Amino acid sequence: MALDIITYILIAIGCFFNILAVVGLLRFPDVYTRLHAGTKCTTFGSIFLILAVVIQSVYTWVTEGLSSPQSVLTIHALIALVAILLTNPTSAHAMSRAAHRSGVKPAKAVTDDLEKEKA
Amino acid sequence: MPWLPVAIFLAVCIGLILIRVFLGPTHPDRLVGLDTLNTVVVVSMVILGAAFNEVIYIDVAIVYALLSFVTTLFIAKYIEKGKF
Repeated sequence: MALDIITYILIAIGCFFNILAVVGLLRFPDVYTRLHAGTKCTTFGSIFLILAVVIQSVYTWVTEGLSSPQSVLTIHALIALVAILLTNPTSAHAMSRAAHRSGVKPAKAVTDDLEKEKA
Repeated sequence: MPWLPVAIFLAVCIGLILIRVFLGPTHPDRLVGLDTLNTVVVVSMVILGAAFNEVIYIDVAIVYALLSFVTTLFIAKYIEKGKF
């Protein structure tokens, strides 16, 4: 079944990027690189995991007929994906701005352009 | 489909992220850990909704995503200025 293979591939990509985010969050040296790992990789991984759910539920929806309750599951999963995609970069921007303004400096950074802008 | 093993895998990820939330040397580190934790919790709620075929789990995930966004913005504002 081709759709099952596509779903397995999407789940594998999503799980890989989630564990990559966890490793980056644990191993990176300062808050900005941890933000880079923790925000972008989980957003990318959640896109693929929710797309796997959507593909399976659309398949069940089509086979069961148009009035199936799977339609609600599909549309609500897509709404959850849109909520993640809208809120995650915004909160990452707010967190990095708060970290820089509260005085946390990047570790091992050669230049800090934002500090030069303020001075 | 293997939704339950994926949910268990995400639970392991949540446990490893909690190490950063507890260890984090500065307050923005803990905030970054908390935001990553919220995203993984939302995804695992959607996966569990597909596993048990329950739409209400995904509704809870939508509300959790929006509320955790507001929480992150408020904590970031608190860290930035030192007061509300």
